[in-house]
Amino acid sequence: MASDTLTSTARSDAEISGLDALEIAGREKEVSRGTRLWAATWPKLAALAIVLLAWQVVVWSGWKPPYSLPGPLVVGRELATQAQGPQLWEGLATTLRRAAVGYVFSVAVGLLLGLAVARSRVLRAAIGSMITALQTMPSIAWFPLAILLFELSEKAIFFVVVLGAAPSIANGVISGVDYVPPLLLRAGRNLGARGLNLYRYVIAPAALPAIVAGLKQGWAFSWRSLMAGELIVVGISQTSLGAQLTYSRELSDAPWLLSTMIVILVLGLVVDAAFGAADKAIRRRWGVLDQAGQ
Amino acid sequence: MTSTTTPPRSATTAVALSGVTKVYGRGPSAVLALDGVSLDVAPGEFVCLVGASGCGKSTLLNLVAGLDRPSGGQIGIAGDANPGLMFQEPALFPWLTVEANVEVPLKLRGLPRAERRERVAELLRTVHLAEFGRKRPHELSGGMRQRVALARTLALDTPVLLMDEPFGALDAMTRDILHDELERIWSERRLSVLFVTHNVREAARLADRIILLSSRPGRIIYSTEVDIPRPRRIDSPEVAAIAAEVTERLRTEVGRHGQ
Repeated sequence: MASDTLTSTARSDAEISGLDALEIAGREKEVSRGTRLWAATWPKLAALAIVLLAWQVVVWSGWKPPYSLPGPLVVGRELATQAQGPQLWEGLATTLRRAAVGYVFSVAVGLLLGLAVARSRVLRAAIGSMITALQTMPSIAWFPLAILLFELSEKAIFFVVVLGAAPSIANGVISGVDYVPPLLLRAGRNLGARGLNLYRYVIAPAALPAIVAGLKQGWAFSWRSLMAGELIVVGISQTSLGAQLTYSRELSDAPWLLSTMIVILVLGLVVDAAFGAADKAIRRRWGVLDQAGQ
Repeated sequence: MTSTTTPPRSATTAVALSGVTKVYGRGPSAVLALDGVSLDVAPGEFVCLVGASGCGKSTLLNLVAGLDRPSGGQIGIAGDANPGLMFQEPALFPWLTVEANVEVPLKLRGLPRAERRERVAELLRTVHLAEFGRKRPHELSGGMRQRVALARTLALDTPVLLMDEPFGALDAMTRDILHDELERIWSERRLSVLFVTHNVREAARLADRIILLSSRPGRIIYSTEVDIPRPRRIDSPEVAAIAAEVTERLRTEVGRHGQ
């Protein structure tokens, strides 16, 4: 039974804080922001320099005539010219608007579908493997059907973008919910989180890293589907980036073609970096970030 | 609580188990995990359940916590309280700070923000972690995490604490300190504790009563009162003597399975 003669507290107080201090000492190391930024940037700059150099060397070697493969300087000048005219920016705006609309819709479909399949055993048995099967279907293979259904319109592109991205996002949600540690579920339930509260307090935050991975993969799929769509479904009024690629090929305007490709590449990299930053921030909060990888 | 829960038989019982049986699976492959376990924990009593592997200790705690249903028998908790459960792992939410972890049960009970903040501060002081509220679990040591888990469980304001080998993964010195801490908090708050361990010394250090469970199926085979005055030390001769006695019984039980 409880006794009132416990006198051990005075001893423990100092002992506890001493032990705590010893155990967490040296866990935090501060590196200045500038140093970190430089450490992350210089390998990328070096890689870029090597790529540009290799490109220039190939051009110098005379492997292909300069009107098919211009050098980086020519393309850079073309890019600068393009940046001053409205055409590039209008194309960029059209493409980004399509990407945003398609992606947001894919996210909504993917999240709902993933949650439904993760929750319901029947749904999982019925369409769980179909979602994965959809993912393996190259998006470009959908276009003939999409064009039959929606003609050469923006709707056809939208259709393929959503079919490409939504399954990845749904799969992210499913695996996120599946891999919530059972111990955390038990702890959550014991603390009083039942039903919806269990989702709000335990399942959703625990599944977040996998969901973000799914969102990232979904973006990659939707971006690729969008580019494929814009190349094939040309002839609608707006000159998207993909349409500009097609036109520049038809006009044999290699500098324009390459400069458009660079814009597409940079856009992809920027969005990927944004997802990477979100992913890293989450992993840092969760405490699963590899120290060496920082 | 589950439908099999009924009020305890008398007002002087915090937890009452009568004839609790748990079977996993069905047909010929069914496993009898617990076989007719009857056990009462008095209010403010510290009971340690000791047993070798496969004695269904954790199963028993899950049943009392209402996370699983017994196949037979009845489990009653005084005042239909929701018992707090602690595991060998701290089971903290890694995406929340220490403060926010302790706050979860308060939020789930709908306490207003100001009161929550006050309670969290008080609970963190109780476990000597007042300065660490803004840290995340991964920034703390194992012993500190387990103290956060204790604070979070105490935030349930429950009179019954169920502990499933909570100090099993800690080093000896940290464990000693946590024994002192738990004993102090238990006595201050007059908690009823059902504490599962395979460490017989730990049981003798902490318990008012030690109960030995047999393995496959789990049955109560031995029970002894520990009336060594508190505060106790794990290395005292009295604790060692009780531990030796319980160990002897445990050996006999384990040996039975080797034949």
